[in-house]
Amino acid sequence: MVNYVIRRLVQAVPQLLVISLILFLLMQAFGDPIATLGARTPPRQEDKERLRRQLGLDQPIYVQYFVWLVGNDWMKLDLNGDGVPETPGKRQGVLRGDFGNSLVTRTPVVRVIGERLPNTLLLMLTSELVIILLSLLIGVYSAIKQYSFFDNLVTGASFVGYSMPIFLIALLLMYLFGVNFKRWGLPSLPTVGMFDPAIGRTPGQIALHMILPITALSVISIAAYSRYVRSSMLEVMSQDYIRTARAKGLREILVILRHAFRNASLPFVTLIGLDLPFLLAGAVVTERIFAWPGMGRLFIDHTERADFPVLMGILMLTAVAVVVFQILTDITYSFLDPRIRIA
Amino acid sequence: MTTVALPQSSTGEAAAGIVVLSPGQLAWRRFRKHRMAMAASGGLILLLLYLMLGGLVLSRGLCAPTGQYLTGEAYANCNDTSLKFQAPSGAHPFGTDKIGRDVLARTIYGGQISIIIGIFAAVVEVVVGVLVGAIAGYFGGWLDDLLMRLTEAMLIIPPLFLLIVLAKSLGGKIPEIHLLGRDFSGSVIVIIMVIGLTSWMYLARIVRANILSLKEMDFVSASRAIGVGHARIIFVHLLPNTIAPIIVSATLGVANAILSEAYVSFLGLGVQGATATWGNMLDGAYQYLETAPWLWFFPGLLILITVLGVNFVGDGLRDAFDPRSR
Repeated sequence: MVNYVIRRLVQAVPQLLVISLILFLLMQAFGDPIATLGARTPPRQEDKERLRRQLGLDQPIYVQYFVWLVGNDWMKLDLNGDGVPETPGKRQGVLRGDFGNSLVTRTPVVRVIGERLPNTLLLMLTSELVIILLSLLIGVYSAIKQYSFFDNLVTGASFVGYSMPIFLIALLLMYLFGVNFKRWGLPSLPTVGMFDPAIGRTPGQIALHMILPITALSVISIAAYSRYVRSSMLEVMSQDYIRTARAKGLREILVILRHAFRNASLPFVTLIGLDLPFLLAGAVVTERIFAWPGMGRLFIDHTERADFPVLMGILMLTAVAVVVFQILTDITYSFLDPRIRIA
Repeated sequence: MTTVALPQSSTGEAAAGIVVLSPGQLAWRRFRKHRMAMAASGGLILLLLYLMLGGLVLSRGLCAPTGQYLTGEAYANCNDTSLKFQAPSGAHPFGTDKIGRDVLARTIYGGQISIIIGIFAAVVEVVVGVLVGAIAGYFGGWLDDLLMRLTEAMLIIPPLFLLIVLAKSLGGKIPEIHLLGRDFSGSVIVIIMVIGLTSWMYLARIVRANILSLKEMDFVSASRAIGVGHARIIFVHLLPNTIAPIIVSATLGVANAILSEAYVSFLGLGVQGATATWGNMLDGAYQYLETAPWLWFFPGLLILITVLGVNFVGDGLRDAFDPRSR
């Protein structure tokens, strides 16, 4: 077990380094971050030069990556542009937990992300809970009633749900429950933002603003997950030990819950475990449509402004989470299913 | 994966003789029995006819700013600002957009580009996925290690983030291209490459796994013994035996690519310029949620129909090629 974890972590380090280098290089082509600054009064040329030196953007790309990675507090920088390095650097580098400062807001990346992370987690974890509960219910029920009207209905609906672009379902929901309900004089749901500024950031307001995004996010995932639960339920239901359980006169509900469901839910654990870290990334499109101030929207907003420290921060945070969750999922699985041994 | 087509007796015209069916014919028989897949194939053919021929009939009219009677794509790009945000009507069945272009005509020409992007992105996906998977599986050793670690590295970044980063960094680098009498924005090529290069990983893993088991079989040893080269063994002997998952992945890849194009364009990083796609017709359309729902409804609905149809066909193909997979 310990060996396994160590081996996986050792394997992940070069992968993370390579992917970070590739992403860093790709972001150089995003455009000039300085050009998008100072919108009202275009900065003078020498101000731009000084800014570039302060942000370290005057350095060659490999130096920039190196500084991003290990920091520059052990070398002196030339900030006044006379060719003589005089100011000691302050950055500590990603490896020591310093993700640098946002080029747009000049605040530490960790703080920029920290402000958005709870919002994304609130939205995504709630959706994930709804998704897990509903897809288990729907999946198990349609497996028990295979080829019934309900099962066929769910099969058809899940194909539509699975093929649905998230923006279409989001816009349809907003149009129906936000716009038209208001037009018809019915109680309507808020469509954008996290709370009504007139009322303030109360738990009730946030819950109300979460209903539509969560519905939009859930529909598509439930479509995919419930199919998965259904097929693994069906597989287990045809096993010999289910027949044995029935033969010894166990009540059907116990056969399903205690014998079938517990075994069928094992692969589901893997699916959830591997999907969970991607929740950190948020739902870019959903957050954009519903104006939810989360990580996905942070990513797309800062892509437009070529703010690569923030983008790299989000990407690396997610990548590390994915690796960690892969390992955790494998360990959990080996606990749940003693037949699986990891080495 | 390696189902050998057994000779089957047919009750058809050749009543007396024994008809030997190829694996392809067997798959086609099973595919025909899949009702939803057959219905979806019919629907997709109708949709393609609409996209290819619809422009001849439905995309024509007087373009007021130039005073000319336009047909085809020129009409789809004609912007008459005095007609902006017109609700669906007889003259404009799907309404007009924010600079007064006919939405129906744009869904036709946009759909063509979206389908082209879907198909070619799937081609890129299959080429890269098959090459990586086959090389890794066949040669093994350090090459296998390297390629699979690369595949895993690609999988630890959320796919949409990868798409956004690539689309943003490669966007606007390729100039306009003139092909087959139409102007294609260079960003069409960029989007095809970007989507293809971010979606090959699962296919590569499937192909590698199949090649790993196939290469231990006797017919491969026999080929090697008579001196067949590596490339020929891979392309002539191994890959045809793993064609089923490749075809299924390619089909589902088209659906995913159409969705990816829509997402990237929705975020404003997709195909630029006058070239319409279903995705970039949606860019910004959500700001007119209340005032002009036709702007997002029709392109969105067409994307849904297309993706749904392709997914059904993919499902049918999976059942047809590998009846045990369900």
